Amino acid sequence: MKTTLKLMTVLFITMLISCGGKEEKKKEGFSYKKKETTEKTTAPKAEKTPPSKQVDLTNKGIGPIKTVTLAAEVDQTMATHGADVYKKMCTACHRTNKKFIGPPPTGILERRTPEWVMNMILNPEQMVKEDPLAKELLMEFNGSPMANQGLTEKEARAVLEYFRTLK
Amino acid sequence: MKNIITSSIAMLVILIGFTSCNKGNNSGGKSGALASNVAERVYVAPGEYDSHYAFLSGGYSGNVTVYGLPSGRMFKEIPVFSQFPTSGYGYSEETKPMLNTSHGFIPWGDAHHPDISQSKGELDGRWLFINENNTPRIARLSLTTFETEEIIEVPNSAGNHSSSFVTENTEYVVAGTRFSVPIPQRDMPIKDYKGNFQGALSFISVAPETGNMDIKFQILMPGFNYDLSHPGRGKSHGWFFFTTYNTEEASTLLEVNASQNDKDFIAAINWKKIEEYVNNGGGTMMPANYAHNVYDEETHTATSTMKKEVRVVNPIDVPGAVYFIPTPKSPHGCDVDPSGEYIVGNGKLSANLTVHSFTKMLDAIEKEKFAGEAYGIPILNFEDVLAGVVEQPGLGPLHTEFDGKGYAYTTFFISSEVVKWKIGTWEVIDRKPTYYSVGHLTIPGGNSGKPQGKYMFAMNKITKDRYLPTGPEMEHSAQLYDISGDKMELLLDFPTHGEPHYAAAMEASIIKEQSQKIYKLADNKHPYAAKSDADTKVVREGKEVHIYLTTIRSHFSPDNIEGIKVGDKVYFHVTNLEQDFDVPHGFAVIGQNNSELLVMPGQTKTSVWEPKQVGVWPFYCTDFCSALHQEMQGYIRVSAADSDTPIKWSLGEDIE
Repeated sequence: MKTTLKLMTVLFITMLISCGGKEEKKKEGFSYKKKETTEKTTAPKAEKTPPSKQVDLTNKGIGPIKTVTLAAEVDQTMATHGADVYKKMCTACHRTNKKFIGPPPTGILERRTPEWVMNMILNPEQMVKEDPLAKELLMEFNGSPMANQGLTEKEARAVLEYFRTLK
Repeated sequence: MKNIITSSIAMLVILIGFTSCNKGNNSGGKSGALASNVAERVYVAPGEYDSHYAFLSGGYSGNVTVYGLPSGRMFKEIPVFSQFPTSGYGYSEETKPMLNTSHGFIPWGDAHHPDISQSKGELDGRWLFINENNTPRIARLSLTTFETEEIIEVPNSAGNHSSSFVTENTEYVVAGTRFSVPIPQRDMPIKDYKGNFQGALSFISVAPETGNMDIKFQILMPGFNYDLSHPGRGKSHGWFFFTTYNTEEASTLLEVNASQNDKDFIAAINWKKIEEYVNNGGGTMMPANYAHNVYDEETHTATSTMKKEVRVVNPIDVPGAVYFIPTPKSPHGCDVDPSGEYIVGNGKLSANLTVHSFTKMLDAIEKEKFAGEAYGIPILNFEDVLAGVVEQPGLGPLHTEFDGKGYAYTTFFISSEVVKWKIGTWEVIDRKPTYYSVGHLTIPGGNSGKPQGKYMFAMNKITKDRYLPTGPEMEHSAQLYDISGDKMELLLDFPTHGEPHYAAAMEASIIKEQSQKIYKLADNKHPYAAKSDADTKVVREGKEVHIYLTTIRSHFSPDNIEGIKVGDKVYFHVTNLEQDFDVPHGFAVIGQNNSELLVMPGQTKTSVWEPKQVGVWPFYCTDFCSALHQEMQGYIRVSAADSDTPIKWSLGEDIE
């Protein structure tokens, strides 16, 4: 009889253990997922050049914009629309020709790719967290966040066209 | 012998082992200590969503609180009838008109019975209606913005309690008076109540697109107390049912005097018939004075209009529209089952629960089997209309809800329990205690043609020892039960704010998807909005100064303001330029005699400030908005009344 009792106790404990394991889902097999390249495309940093003055014409930033083709001539209609959007959505923090809360947009395309600019407008939260340059910019501007103003891609593109007209 | 005992103990242990292993969701039949997975059935993991919204009335808080089920977590308090310094509701210039009434500005209300709008008898999640009991009003809340959009005062009403329940397609939100009063109001001896006071039942039409409310007609009933009501649905759509008490028409010591009659009435109103009568020009317009307050989402501003007349209908002028069904004994809740056939009269002083049959009622009306009349209104025979009686289910029945599976759930205040019973056989299936003295109960969709069963929660009046004590005053307690099985299972206790009189709940899917994230700046039509930095300015108009102020992470524009004088009335019109989800900014200025403002993205709100002392005074953002929130501040210079300091404003003049 004692053996029975022992057996039953063992059985009970086994059940308790198996209870705990019930929810576990084991991942098995091999993963052939390609690893992301560790190489960063950031331009070499010049000593003491603040991020806002650095030039990086290869980094496209992180966000929905993969390629932007700029026509040789500025599209004036689009630029006018962009100026209107800029006035309504951006002037709280940006002045065209001087540093304000954030950097000025004049000459931005001499320093940044058009894709980077649009991604910064459309996807600022991720940019300041993951894009190396945007991260540094956040620090240069005292941690003042670039606000996501909910522009559509079309509006952001128009703002970019407007930036081309700034001298 | 010893062996037998030990082996039986072992067997028992194994048995427990088996039971505790059960992680099935179906709780049918299991309850009590063996159902060890209760915790995980109310556990909503961090970052995950509840399956249901619940909108609880705040009672004397005047507001509505939004909860998630099954977690019992509170998400928001929506200000409705009471000033709310947290957001500035009722303090800001834009929202003060929401609390305007024929008695002037009222800072507080007693919110009672929330009800979600319906289409074809099902909850559609567009609006939430709720009544104010004390100064009779009905509010409509948007379930897109979760804000109060409209409040209409109800004239000729007093103690707006048998409210605010919607008909099957939200044709009407209905508001009945608990206290009868002289109509029109006049100076007369109180003791002459009987036969001279009347009770107004108001049918407020709801515009299908906008939800805008308008009192279509009021039925002037005999001077009873109209306690609660519910719409007919399905086969009884077109009817409305109201419980009454004090059919004795006592005006004093109602505790005794209103409990003399063995039976009071449920008033059955064929509103379709009265609607037709009114559409054909029936009824009379009587002079009245009541406020209609509407909040415009584009101007972010409420306007209050005083309405000067209301259409009233004398029930005896519309034959076949109003009947009384005798119901024992001071019935409280008046609840209609999902099919529309059964009308439950929760006789709060009766030992039994009375259920009437709609079919039998129609039959009795057709055969004109009347037991008598009250002020010209036919009284049906109790036995002719009776569908059944739930025999002695508990003490002090108050409210009944339905699960859509053929069962009803009734709260019993005195015996502190919820009793489940079967429609048709009237047998008691189950009973579970509540903690303590339960008032209302709610099943998601429980007041519709299609209940969304699984959960039921009881809202209790007395808390006592349920939580850590917090001095003499405590939040009320609610209990959540799983009703998917045969037996109800108590899952969770959670505290509620104010005194919830009823709650409306529904599956989260529809509401969750439509919930608004920001107000579009482009749509902002507030006359004092500054929609970009270029619009910011300070304008003096005599002794009034209007400051067009903007906020964005993390500064005010302008943030230096001069030229204000003691004795000025300064309007801070604050526009939040943010267009991102969940980035509000707050506004507070030293010595503000009203409240802060909490301004949502794209919104404009106004706070009036009347400086009394010369000096340079700070203002700042109250809502932690970014890493530079502490820097979000400004100064306003106040000069002597006779000074000639010019109006000036700026932001960041000294930036490189």
